[in-house]
Amino acid sequence: MNNLFVYCELEDGVVADVSLELLTKGRTLANRLNCKLEAVVAGYQLDKIAAQVFPYGVDVLYLADDKRLAPYTSLPHTSLLNKLFKEEEPQIALMGATSIGRDLGPRVSSALGSGLTADCTSLEIGDHEDKKAGKTYKDLLYQIRPAFGGNIVATIINPDCRPQMATVREGVMKKEIISPDYKGEVRKLDVSNYVSDTDFIVKIIERQIEKAKSNIKNAPIIVSGGYGMGSKENFQLLFDLAAVIGAEVGASRAAVDAGFAEHDRQVGQTGVTVRPKLYIACGISGQIQHIAGMQESAMIIAINNDSNAPINAIADYVITGDVETVVPKLIKYYKKNSK
Amino acid sequence: MSLKIVVLAKQVPDTRNVGKDAMKEDGTVNRAALSAIFNPEDLNALEQALRLKNTHQGSTVTLLTMGPVRAAEIIREGLYRGADGGYLLTDRAFAGADTLATSYALACAIRKIGDVDIIICGRQAIDGDTAQVGPQVAEKLSWSQITYSEEILNVNDGKIKVKRRLERGIEVVETHLPTVVTVNSSAPECRPRNARLIQKYKYAKTPTERKGETGIYADLLDSRPYLNLVEWGVNDVNCEVQKVGLSGSPTKVKAIENVVFQVKESKSISDSDADIEDLIKELISNHTIG
Repeated sequence: MNNLFVYCELEDGVVADVSLELLTKGRTLANRLNCKLEAVVAGYQLDKIAAQVFPYGVDVLYLADDKRLAPYTSLPHTSLLNKLFKEEEPQIALMGATSIGRDLGPRVSSALGSGLTADCTSLEIGDHEDKKAGKTYKDLLYQIRPAFGGNIVATIINPDCRPQMATVREGVMKKEIISPDYKGEVRKLDVSNYVSDTDFIVKIIERQIEKAKSNIKNAPIIVSGGYGMGSKENFQLLFDLAAVIGAEVGASRAAVDAGFAEHDRQVGQTGVTVRPKLYIACGISGQIQHIAGMQESAMIIAINNDSNAPINAIADYVITGDVETVVPKLIKYYKKNSK
Repeated sequence: MSLKIVVLAKQVPDTRNVGKDAMKEDGTVNRAALSAIFNPEDLNALEQALRLKNTHQGSTVTLLTMGPVRAAEIIREGLYRGADGGYLLTDRAFAGADTLATSYALACAIRKIGDVDIIICGRQAIDGDTAQVGPQVAEKLSWSQITYSEEILNVNDGKIKVKRRLERGIEVVETHLPTVVTVNSSAPECRPRNARLIQKYKYAKTPTERKGETGIYADLLDSRPYLNLVEWGVNDVNCEVQKVGLSGSPTKVKAIENVVFQVKESKSISDSDADIEDLIKELISNHTIG
């Protein structure tokens, strides 16, 4: 009772990175709250899951193993969590802000009448005093997230309803093994007790899921372009630079919205959070929503023809000039000096 | 088969075009500085609805929105593009709603409208980016949901087939009606306003908006029923008052802060060949690149 639950999602039968990141954060929060960290996995052929999650400090692992639970569909996974949460009464439930977590979380929160905060960028434990009601709440989950397109940061709490639910995007939290020998308990759920046949109302007819095209989350160097690149053709310059210096190409939301780059390259609050050793921002003005996703880069170079661009304030090097001029020069002098 | 389609739409501040005056000194949002627009993904949703209307004779598309009186503007925007009517949920009691209280109110309105086959809405609104209201409305109605949709492929014999766009690929799913479909921005853009429909609907008003109108204008509204938009409050849709607005919202905002970033001392470099070559040499020598 009153433990911290993480719903772990699977990618090709393996626990997704975002879920392992949440387990890491969940372990820290559970220590602070002096409660157990519990994980739920629903899918098919889950024999290898325990070995994947226990090193992250999971105390109890619930497995719902049924052919019909993979791939994910909304209703069966919702029913499973609804019933399990009613039985176990977790104080906190976390899931990834992915197309699965953002489909499942709202549905579960609606069924349980508990609050859900999407896309949190930070989770903390703290107290809350409701002066009007004269009540003090101990050890609430502070769900911290950007609002209004990233222009403000709001701290959200759920004083009265449980579980306190939150989703977090991939890459926002850090993934860290607590101990390779950490051992928890496995509890296998009798799926027919949790899910009814009528839950399988949505049929998957076709599914084409590709391996991730870009791997910007783990890239040591990222060359990123914004709306200031001007066109999809100019974006090719960034791919050229990236190929030469061994980098991945990222993009701002504005560049993705304009069709210059694919969505999976988007860096920022509504994209991926990155922490490379070098981030080269080309034609990016530096909206808050972008900066929030790359400010922890070890070194930042900003290339912009606007010397007052907000991104310059957080950059280590500011090159004022046209990207179309500067980027080819970077390529040229890297080639000249690299051997 | 004819379909009764409701599009959930939201009027939102245009957070994508935020100027310097968007935030007040005290860190709160200066709504007056942001223009109010039709939530972009709700327009993608409207387009999917209008396409179904074109292919299924006798179908209707109506908009349902919750907001202040001025949110009636987006109902008119929908009418200009081919929708048949709209409902505005407006009441002081709805104010301060989080996604759960919002979805409860919308679900009550859907029940009141009655016999709806498909609810279509944008995946998320740009002021909150939560993507929660669609699934929560579906849950409140005990309907299935299809989120992250890119295209409604067809509706036949009480079944709907939809292509979903996920992070790394696509999924085609099928389910029985009624259902809730949430639509991504990768779906086709909404058709533009139609000049003839603008002429037809530009005087469409909610009862609050037409209050005090007399003479020719009142006569016009009386003689053309389609110009009268439906406006509902808490009591009209059989909501339990404690489940809407602030009191129906489990989440509370504890604090709002301006975003402050660590400002670094930057080194300025010109775009001259010499400066750029020096930078590259430095990056190579300290093993940042290469």
